[in-house]
Amino acid sequence: MGKEYKTITDIAGPLVFLEKTEPVAYGELVTITLPDGTTRRGQVLDTAKDFVVVQVFEGTRGLDKSCSVRFTGDVVKLNCSKDMLGRILSGSGDPIDGGPKIVPEERREIIGAAINPYARQYPREFIQTGISAIDGMNTLVRGQKLPIFSGSGLPHNDIALQIARQAKVRGTEEEFAIVFAAMGITYEEAHQFMKEFERTGALERAVVFLNLASDPAIERLITPRMALTAAEFLAYEYDYHILVILTDMTNYCEALREISAAREEVPGRRGYPGYMYTDLATIYERAGRIRGRKGTITQMPILTMPGDDITHPIPDLTGYITEGQIVLSRELHAKGIYPPIDVLPSLSRLMKEGIGKGMTREDHKEWNDQMYAAYAEGVDLRGLVAIVGEEALSERDRRYLKFADEFERRFVNQGKYEDRDIEYTLDLGWELLAILPEEELTKIRREYIEKYHPKYRKKKAEGEAEKAEAAA
Amino acid sequence: MEVKTAGSVGEIYRISGPLVVAEGLKAKMYDVCKVGEDGLMGEVVGIRGDKILIQVYEDTSGIRPGEKVVNTGMPLSVELGPGMLGTIYDGIQRPLPALKEASGDFIGRGIEAPGLDRKKKWAFKPTVKKGDKVKGGDIIGVVKETELIAEHRILVPPNVSGTITEIYEGDFTVEDTIAVLDNGMELKLYHKWPVRIPRPYVEKLPPEIPLITGQRILDTFFPVAKGGTAAIPGPFGSGKTVTQHQLAKWADAQIIVYIGCGERGNEMTEVLEEFPELKDPRTGRPLMERTILIANTSNMPVAAREASVYTGITIAEYFRDMGYDVAIQADSTSRWAEAMREISGRLEEMPGEEGYPAYLASRLAEFYERAGRVKTLSGHIGSVTVVGAVSPPGGDFSEPVTQNTLRIVKVFWALDAKLAARRHFPAINWLQSYSLYADVLRPWFEKNVAPDWGELRNWAMEVLQEEANLQEIVQLVGSDALPDAQRILLEVARMIREIFLIQYAYDPVDTYCPLEKQYDMLKGIKMINDWMFKALEMGKTVEEIINVPGKEKFARAKFEENYKPIMEEALEEIRKNLLGE
Repeated sequence: MGKEYKTITDIAGPLVFLEKTEPVAYGELVTITLPDGTTRRGQVLDTAKDFVVVQVFEGTRGLDKSCSVRFTGDVVKLNCSKDMLGRILSGSGDPIDGGPKIVPEERREIIGAAINPYARQYPREFIQTGISAIDGMNTLVRGQKLPIFSGSGLPHNDIALQIARQAKVRGTEEEFAIVFAAMGITYEEAHQFMKEFERTGALERAVVFLNLASDPAIERLITPRMALTAAEFLAYEYDYHILVILTDMTNYCEALREISAAREEVPGRRGYPGYMYTDLATIYERAGRIRGRKGTITQMPILTMPGDDITHPIPDLTGYITEGQIVLSRELHAKGIYPPIDVLPSLSRLMKEGIGKGMTREDHKEWNDQMYAAYAEGVDLRGLVAIVGEEALSERDRRYLKFADEFERRFVNQGKYEDRDIEYTLDLGWELLAILPEEELTKIRREYIEKYHPKYRKKKAEGEAEKAEAAA
Repeated sequence: MEVKTAGSVGEIYRISGPLVVAEGLKAKMYDVCKVGEDGLMGEVVGIRGDKILIQVYEDTSGIRPGEKVVNTGMPLSVELGPGMLGTIYDGIQRPLPALKEASGDFIGRGIEAPGLDRKKKWAFKPTVKKGDKVKGGDIIGVVKETELIAEHRILVPPNVSGTITEIYEGDFTVEDTIAVLDNGMELKLYHKWPVRIPRPYVEKLPPEIPLITGQRILDTFFPVAKGGTAAIPGPFGSGKTVTQHQLAKWADAQIIVYIGCGERGNEMTEVLEEFPELKDPRTGRPLMERTILIANTSNMPVAAREASVYTGITIAEYFRDMGYDVAIQADSTSRWAEAMREISGRLEEMPGEEGYPAYLASRLAEFYERAGRVKTLSGHIGSVTVVGAVSPPGGDFSEPVTQNTLRIVKVFWALDAKLAARRHFPAINWLQSYSLYADVLRPWFEKNVAPDWGELRNWAMEVLQEEANLQEIVQLVGSDALPDAQRILLEVARMIREIFLIQYAYDPVDTYCPLEKQYDMLKGIKMINDWMFKALEMGKTVEEIINVPGKEKFARAKFEENYKPIMEEALEEIRKNLLGE
């Protein structure tokens, strides 16, 4: 138990300044007691011999200079236990579902140490999400961090839920769990998640951290770290394969900016602190696999791009850290396409090792290149059509246009509860590629064209039928 | 008189993230200090009155004011000697496997790990004898380090000279004495060198030999010279890292230093898992034997990230001083600049553009200036080629790091998100990129590959430029409305793009394209071009010409190791179809 001080000199935004303390450790956990007896928690941001700066997670509303401040001598920790599964916790890790306290098996620091790159194992296990635009075009693998770049009003929550519901590694029956961290989302959104988790029974194998829009903004700085600490505990102690959903990272970054402004730091781009890249990295880089350990952590952060601008610092810095991104498009959404995934700016950096023979199917890589090139060409041609009209196009160009339309309507578009397996996705892609003249399929080797192109498959099927007849 | 700072002990006054302020400490700028009870490593970055500002290379959580700070009195240095090849280090030359042994899968704090193995013995063969006079930078013997680098040349430290009184042959650890000088100085297999000071050389030589990368767009269109500098800027997802990896794999330097500066952990793992499997195309040995990796991923401490670039280039200079060609890849210099910005912000310095410190430009220039082809102190010729990736926010090339880099480097490989979206890889934009070495290196290519190399290159560039101009018209009226000659030109440009420029990094054959094959491919396209125009004169219709059979076969030749028969067959077919017998 540390000493109590009543030496607050200043309070500014979420920060409290104190003087005349004993040496206080950097990062130490702080409890502040208000005159009415309620307590708030905070963390030391800056410490010197004659002053200390504390950021208060639950906000400084109602604080005054008479509050007493106690330094706990401990850094912020999370009570970890396997019993976390099925529980709903606040943004700072306290149960809010009316259930009992969590009896800790272990108290873990929420600031995780960096994984030694030498200890990592490269992710290459294909996760089937059942969504064609992801499985076929931007494949997710275990241990990857793949964010969804969305915009306000787009159905990113539905997509996240669908992935949480359908995601599986084929051919394995391993322990799988979800860690869900909500930062500053509305009650309604949170309710949608909770209801869905309960309905599908997923809640039993989920740990939920909720910081709602009405909760203190500063708490959002620790919520994702709490969630990842829980994920690491379950993955590395109990061999769970964890999918971590973090939503909405934009709110997290706003909180970071708020703290930075309150400390009067030199701002970087658009007022966000210069260290935002490093700070985000300490969250995202906690995904991965470690050699010799069974559990894995796959991350799916969701962020809404302010003004749908992918060059805004939040998506921009995120994209530089994560292994790709799934980008949602307002235009596709307006066309009524679900999930409105715009595959052109989307990317999965780890897919090349997770697809192909033995993982998905041998033709997947080349199929992927061809699908991308064809769709990009079709989308480009739409610009031309707007100027010269469709009649002026050559037959070849018209086929590309048709491909692009069908790609959106049949391939990208699917039901919220439609779980497509990878073979279905690939075959559907082949059906679309058959729209194009065969000589345009330059990115796929002959052997695969003859094996998977519907034209040859049909012939083969007919040939076999004839053979069967002849035999009969 | 110099004040002795080694061993001075002070006390922590303040801790603010990676910045620690100490008082009561004697220190010079850039002295390395041990901070706190855990002895975290840090470096003096400022002196204000009696307060010493120290940037700490490790996480400072849990440290309190009042804890002690001890000054080592030494600047941040690296250990240079046998045992570095094939190793993966963090930003301050601690081997990551040693850190794993000390603290498990996650990186702990306050761990000391020497850069070179203290126990391993190396067979040392002297090349000088008793009584020989030696000066700084001279080679006194060799050690076989790996199969690929059979001669790790042991150098006299640059600031040491004298006459050899003793020299021994045999198996030694890096700390054993291998020679003694008349002034009593004992020489070992390794010496230390401060990372922020460039290693000396006799003179810089003009760049006149290309660094062959086996990447068609780089070698043919935008070559970099040995000892030159190049930058690869591009938005995320445009293939910077893949391009860097390709260079690390295939560049014809003898030593590769790869700095993963503030990048992804999984990408470093990929290099670690993949490189030992990859074979050097020239010798068939694992590429790891010539590679040194420096990994300071984005979530590792920011101060060590700032140092990692210097650690890397100092190691590169050391191998250069042995007379080797070294290529260094820094991925990414933007993260390095951001580390500078972060520390500068903590120091409460007046910011320049976009919050970067005002000295950003001079630091970048200093770093790239350490590249070069030089005559070493021992009279050999060695080179350091620097390739820096730049990650401009939002892909905007007008931001300070890109702009300041472009002012310095001679080669610019502009990555383009649009090309990447079309899966045109490497997504290097041929209209925006440039190489100021192209003219200087032209004589080399014409002497060593083919006399019409430069002509052919310029022809291809012209076609692509012309295509870009025509594209604007095509956008308005469609390609059918163009005159026949221009439609053929568009088809030729398409062939240059899709056959020549697109190169598959993951195809076992196409990943590395020897210069001769590069030339043959481009020459083949030029021949097809000439036949097409001749066929037009002979009265063939433009549809017949641009859809001439055989092109597909020609395109596939690049996937063949033994490409010549297929290419010749394809060319013959195309020629017959265009011109008749």
